[in-house]
Amino acid sequence: MQVDWQTFWPRIVEATGETIFMVIATLILGSILGISIGLLLFVTRKGNILENKLVSMLLNLLINFIRPIPFIIFLVAISPLTRTLIGTTIGTWAAVFPMTIAASFGIARVVENNLISIDPGVIEAAKAMGASPFQIIFTVLIPEALGPLILGLTFVTVGLIDFSAMAGTVGGGGLGHVAMTYGYQRFDGSVMIVTVVLLILLVQLAQWLGNTLSRKFLRR
Amino acid sequence: MIEFLKATKSFRTAKREVHAVQDVSLTIEQGDIYGIIGFSGAGKSTLLRLVNLLEKPTAGSVKVQGTDITTLSPKELRKLRRRIGMIFQNFNLFTSRTVAGNVGYPLKLAGTSRQEVQRRVAELLQFVGLSDKANDYPEQLSGGQKQRVGIARALATSPDILICDEATSALDPETTSDILRLLKKVNAEFGITILLITHEMHVIQTICNKVAIMENGKVLENGSVFDTFTNPQHETTQNFIQSVQQDRPSSTLLEKWRSNGGTKLYRIVFKGEIAGAPLLSRITRKHGTDFNIVYGTVRELQEQLYGNLLVSFDGPELAIQQVISELSELTEIKEVQTDAS
Repeated sequence: MQVDWQTFWPRIVEATGETIFMVIATLILGSILGISIGLLLFVTRKGNILENKLVSMLLNLLINFIRPIPFIIFLVAISPLTRTLIGTTIGTWAAVFPMTIAASFGIARVVENNLISIDPGVIEAAKAMGASPFQIIFTVLIPEALGPLILGLTFVTVGLIDFSAMAGTVGGGGLGHVAMTYGYQRFDGSVMIVTVVLLILLVQLAQWLGNTLSRKFLRR
Repeated sequence: MIEFLKATKSFRTAKREVHAVQDVSLTIEQGDIYGIIGFSGAGKSTLLRLVNLLEKPTAGSVKVQGTDITTLSPKELRKLRRRIGMIFQNFNLFTSRTVAGNVGYPLKLAGTSRQEVQRRVAELLQFVGLSDKANDYPEQLSGGQKQRVGIARALATSPDILICDEATSALDPETTSDILRLLKKVNAEFGITILLITHEMHVIQTICNKVAIMENGKVLENGSVFDTFTNPQHETTQNFIQSVQQDRPSSTLLEKWRSNGGTKLYRIVFKGEIAGAPLLSRITRKHGTDFNIVYGTVRELQEQLYGNLLVSFDGPELAIQQVISELSELTEIKEVQTDAS
């Protein structure tokens, strides 16, 4: 039952590529969606530049509805929608879709939290200088929060590597799939160890990248 | 020019309504350095924010350069705000921008060309004495330097008015003096009207020409700094003034004076021109009496002399009465209780 490493290594390399692809695609799409939602969450808060009770309440409700669902359940629950939109529930894109939805709500909260930590005085100063809400968002909020925001996104990325492994078990491909089919179902400990080590390395790499990048922008 | 016309601002909290500013009517003339003093919670910070509508009045109106700002559209308001510079207690600089980036920010908002921004930033940094810090980030600066950047940033769009929210309260005394000198220079060189709020009488005394004293959302009294200092009407005002100039010796010293058989003490307050004349010696000599200055100061306030002396007289009772009545025509003279108070 032992795998033939000679032919197995290319499979591992391919799976690593799939995992990296899923994580990066989700990170890009999820960031676009998540940062938008996070900004909206922040500016519609009470006393903020575009205070709006209704929007704020609906967004919070939606986020608190989606986030507590365990990802493995969410993945299966959302699969009819995945099939309609992507055309299949198997393969990397079919994993990217539910990952993006789940990630964007997580990212939205991370963004909101980082924006809250901006000194309100700085926003007031921009207002006093005649900045419009739109200008405040793009010239004050985002630049001022960028350092911690990158750290927050790094944290999310590490979570995404975990998500991708889970998605792999239900047909998403990647290292999770390899670990599941070869390592778990065929009781091959060595495959399991190789995939776990690779996942750890990926996490380390993501964290190092995030730390380096955030240091460039962190001014406090 | 800034006019508050029965301006009122109330906040509704969960439990009750708070009147931060109540029925305030004040006029700040072009070229004034107008100080509003009060303890924390007096409502001065809210009053200041009515000027650029960071707070909206719930009643009454605020006029800036003759325009009722409460009627402006959001776009017009943003334009008006470029005519009003603002500096803050905690500087509120953008941590993600360099010194030059901070100073140039309001110009970028106004759509100024890159070349013009560069020219103006260099000019402003020169004015506040920070030309060598253009590429530093705020975290690398001292408090005084940060406030200089704040002032340069507030002046970037060449405003008519500068409003200062406790601009020196986070600074040490020496740096405070530096910043006050700079503000005075801003007023003198550019003719910018300055409205500032503070809880330090020292600030008012150093640079303001007019002052208003606030308590519980209301203005207790207002007027020229000289008149207010030399003739305060309210106890709060007197307390603020005593914080910068002690006008009486300690009660232990007064007690000692009395128990050593000291005669009656009189407080003589004289201001302006009269301070230049040898009044005391002339009048006492005329009535054959002597005087003894026990305690007091003569100081300069708004380029006028202001004296506040505790004096005792020696001579026949009747002659002393005549001296006092003659002095009271030219100065303020009052007997001072030497016991307890």
